[in-house]
Amino acid sequence: MTVMGAPVASSAPAATPRGSAIQAAAARGIASRPSLSAPTRALFTRRGWAAFVVALVVVTVVLPAANLALPAGHPLHVPDWFVTLAGKIMCYAIVALAMDLIWGFAGILSLGHGLFFALGGYAMGMYLMRSIGREGVYASDLPDFMVFLDWKAYPWYWSFTDHFWYAALLVVLVPGVLAFVFGWFAFRSRIKGVYFSIITQALTYAFMLLFFRNDTGFGGNNGFTDFKRILGFPIAAPETRATLFALTGLALFGALLVGRFVVTSKLGRVLAAIRDAESRVMFCGYNPVHYKLFVWTLSAVMCGIAGALYVPQVGIINPGEMSPANSIEIAIWTAVGGRGTLVGGIVGALLVNGAKSWFTVAFPEFWLFFLGFLFIAVTVFLPGGVVSLFRRRS
Amino acid sequence: MSDALRTTDAGSGHDAQIGMRFANAAVDTTHGPILYLDGITVSFDGFRALNDLTLTIDDGELRCIIGPNGAGKTTMMDVITGKTRPDSGTAFFGQTIDLTRLTEAEIAQSGIGRKFQKPTVFEQHTVFDNLELAMTADKRARSTLFARLGSTELDRIADTLVLVQLGDAFDRPAGLLSHGQKQWLEIGMLLMQEPRLILLDEPVAGMTDEETMRTAELCLTLAGRHSVVVVEHDMEFVGRIARKVTVLHEGRVLAEGPLDVVSADPRVIEVYLGR
Repeated sequence: MTVMGAPVASSAPAATPRGSAIQAAAARGIASRPSLSAPTRALFTRRGWAAFVVALVVVTVVLPAANLALPAGHPLHVPDWFVTLAGKIMCYAIVALAMDLIWGFAGILSLGHGLFFALGGYAMGMYLMRSIGREGVYASDLPDFMVFLDWKAYPWYWSFTDHFWYAALLVVLVPGVLAFVFGWFAFRSRIKGVYFSIITQALTYAFMLLFFRNDTGFGGNNGFTDFKRILGFPIAAPETRATLFALTGLALFGALLVGRFVVTSKLGRVLAAIRDAESRVMFCGYNPVHYKLFVWTLSAVMCGIAGALYVPQVGIINPGEMSPANSIEIAIWTAVGGRGTLVGGIVGALLVNGAKSWFTVAFPEFWLFFLGFLFIAVTVFLPGGVVSLFRRRS
Repeated sequence: MSDALRTTDAGSGHDAQIGMRFANAAVDTTHGPILYLDGITVSFDGFRALNDLTLTIDDGELRCIIGPNGAGKTTMMDVITGKTRPDSGTAFFGQTIDLTRLTEAEIAQSGIGRKFQKPTVFEQHTVFDNLELAMTADKRARSTLFARLGSTELDRIADTLVLVQLGDAFDRPAGLLSHGQKQWLEIGMLLMQEPRLILLDEPVAGMTDEETMRTAELCLTLAGRHSVVVVEHDMEFVGRIARKVTVLHEGRVLAEGPLDVVSADPRVIEVYLGR
């Protein structure tokens, strides 16, 4: 052990001319300071923007027009079943994108995202139920299931739901507030990883049991169905369907823009840092709770909006949407498409659900096996998801 | 790394510009000390990691803390940075800031920076992003969402890149750096935070001799404008930078003073140096 004479201490900052290589290096460095420009943090590349605009026009204008304007025999006619199916899958794509936002970028795996989707759907469903008016089986002001239960009036929480804008507010607020409150307690208690996933799974399961009860006032296991109209338009009319399809497309591309804005911002980099080294983030002076809460709530709200667009197109919402298996499937869409890419969520939702609609017609009994196989195959052979195939090539 | 190392002769004190400013005027050090630990006790399942530890660090001081494994060095840093709450005792930063009541993030905001024993940088982020995230700024979520880099900030990042000799690697993911480079990046991140008090937990672990020398020089440069507490096992490194040394043993201060006095203390030789 060599104990060297320690240099003379002085607490006066620059007064000590200390023979220091660092100072010299720094001084020299300043003279030749590299002229850094801020890394480009555009929402999309130029090609990305081009693809974005083309896809947006196709979804919101070309496809609906090809469905409505072209006659049924025309080779470019888009059939009605395709509009409904694609509209439904785009709702799933919004959910998968929202999932990627928290799982791929913030490292928080939610296995309860189906809950937020279903709550948005139920909020919209309440409005649609009240729009039925007296055209139900029992010709009552109340929905059929309430007549069946011998209820005489709407419960208090159905107040104002006959107004579309109030229902639209609920679509955002109910999932948002629930996610905020749940997230506040979970993140403040520093619950993370698999524990967080299990709790979200339990949460959606608990809500499913609650909504299965007839007394809860949401139609029990039948949920809401038999909708007649939305904002006065007949809900099954091709024009209404095409409009809902285009609106879903707008919402999907809007969600993509918002998501890109978040992940390319400094906040997005803090989120990724929390994912990789949370304690370092705290010792840098960031409070991770606020960051997680922001992206978690944003993600839940996106799911709620997707659910609200889903219900009028599919025509039914029931507690099955809150089943744990549904939420797990959302995670599979995102994993298949590619985590941490946003576009991957969309691609995954399209692929898996496209395959699902084909499989459940061709080989209905093998669908779940195929889904399980797909998840394992992607995890083992393609950890970056389908999107990574294209990235590798370019 | 060694190619990039430039050992040069004495230079002028240009380092006042290299991003080490007093950002945290709120810390009240009018009575001298910047850190007071008084009677701190921390137990884990009956094991007393810290046992009535009392320690004071003066403003601008460079203090080395040595001691055998399990002496409580890292636990002490955990208490100062809010990671561990003491069972009893008080911890004050300056005259007014009670560290036992603040979160990790609030403590970091108030001006205490910490380097971990194992280098912890954001491996997926580029070197540039690592420095950007560490930089002093309004670190609340809303301002961070809309934050944009200005030219002043860019200059600060560029200067720190030069200081930690990572200028050529600024756009590389931090995970691809060598161990020593990661240590330096973490030190660079600390400097971007402009802390009043810097805690370095084994800063030269895994460094080459050359890197160790440069780190020693950096520590000496930092002292004065920052208060620096270094926990280190490498006695040659300690000897190079030490002014005042504290020896911890079984969770309390065993000896304190200039290195030559401390290292001649028979109790210190028995529990630490002699082994």
